[in-house]
Amino acid sequence: MSTPFPQAVVIGASAGGVQALREVLRCFPARFPAPVLVVQHIPRDRPSGLAALFDGECPLPVAEAEDKEPLCPGVVLFAPPDYHLLVEDRSTVSLSRDEPVLYSRPAIDPLFESAADVFGAGLLGILLTGASSDGSAGVAAVRREGGTVWIQDPDEAVSPVMPASAIAFAGADAIVTLRDLCRRLGSFTP
Amino acid sequence: MPRLVLEALMSTETELFDLELKVLLEAVYLRYHYDFRHYAVSSLRRRMRHAMSRHGLERLSDLQHRVLHDPAFFAEAMQYFTVQVSEMFRDPGYFAALREHAVPVLKTYPSIKVWVAGCSTGEEVWSMAILLEEEGLLDRAVIYATDINPKALEAAESGVFALDRMALFSRNYQAAGGRHSLSDYFTTGYGGAVFDRRLKKQVVFADHSLATDAVFSEVHLVSCRNVLIYFNRELQDRAVGLFHDSLVRRGFLGLGAKESLQFGAHAADFEACSAQQRLYRRTAA
Repeated sequence: MSTPFPQAVVIGASAGGVQALREVLRCFPARFPAPVLVVQHIPRDRPSGLAALFDGECPLPVAEAEDKEPLCPGVVLFAPPDYHLLVEDRSTVSLSRDEPVLYSRPAIDPLFESAADVFGAGLLGILLTGASSDGSAGVAAVRREGGTVWIQDPDEAVSPVMPASAIAFAGADAIVTLRDLCRRLGSFTP
Repeated sequence: MPRLVLEALMSTETELFDLELKVLLEAVYLRYHYDFRHYAVSSLRRRMRHAMSRHGLERLSDLQHRVLHDPAFFAEAMQYFTVQVSEMFRDPGYFAALREHAVPVLKTYPSIKVWVAGCSTGEEVWSMAILLEEEGLLDRAVIYATDINPKALEAAESGVFALDRMALFSRNYQAAGGRHSLSDYFTTGYGGAVFDRRLKKQVVFADHSLATDAVFSEVHLVSCRNVLIYFNRELQDRAVGLFHDSLVRRGFLGLGAKESLQFGAHAADFEACSAQQRLYRRTAA
């Protein structure tokens, strides 16, 4: 595998994403030496159970992000309801209540774009199933800054719109099934 | 070729953008005395890119040119530097926590002062006034409502909100433990919901910057919600320092739902009163 070891991983998912994330997050090796940030589209007006749901299922610790929380290698942070999750610098996240993107807050574009600004070529972006076109601009930003993007094969995705629009808008470094994705993530052993 | 030139040639787009952003913020500070230099850069970048695309500008320096030479344009562009989004009784659990934990203590004082810092267009201020009114505290309270954005302050003082927001505000109000119906506090007119003037007789609306101004009064409660997220850690520390210096001993500090003191310099100066609702108290020291 030629993919360089990432300095950070960002993951975006929407409709059908919880099941896809369940499969993907399991595949990270324990002691994965980079931070993992996730935006799954969720309703704005109620608490998200995602961090609690995945914490026991993933080899890495999973938490919901707080403002100015440190980015730690091997820790998975989820965007909280009604806030965008952003990468502030190489060691810190920020939250914001800027405008929703395509009706979503949290949204994928702000995470991917802010992470691309900070990590450049060191970033790995993963875009999964979804029914909106959030994530397309984010994928474009990651690739423009030299980072790597893997997108779930729209033919396999529960909802193909999001991966298909990103591929059409910005292309991908690899179009992968969840099984491929899992194998690739598993190969990142420290 | 001089070394400086070579290095500039090797800069990435993002590095150049950040350079232009630094210059822009410095220019805004020198020209207008608004200090955004220590705002969280991740969301500033995003909002500046929006401003550029909205106005058809290719470079951030083009935005800088217009901002510097056209004060009216800067006044309009303020919306890109600050974020104006709020709701009445947003995060109802917070207001319920104020009723449960802060109100009984506030009732023991003959007069109280409350500071709503970064009040934006006023939703939090009017919510606070309603809460204090229902707890029998408004008549002996002074509420300082401060923000840096003159347009937002003007909107806050008007107490007029779009009618289509009232359903959400009412739901929040009920969930926050409201004693009546939110509609008891407003009449409809001018295409909006006009809140009862009586509620703002104890409110002082004032221009104040958490980035450059000092403490102006001793207060019993500071409510500053979803403002600190737009600051970097250094500016967060300054702001929380101001709150600390402003609060009476054992005074209350309320933050936004995902804001925390634990990553800052003043973590030891406060203790959680309701950790879940981000309500803190100044320690006795």
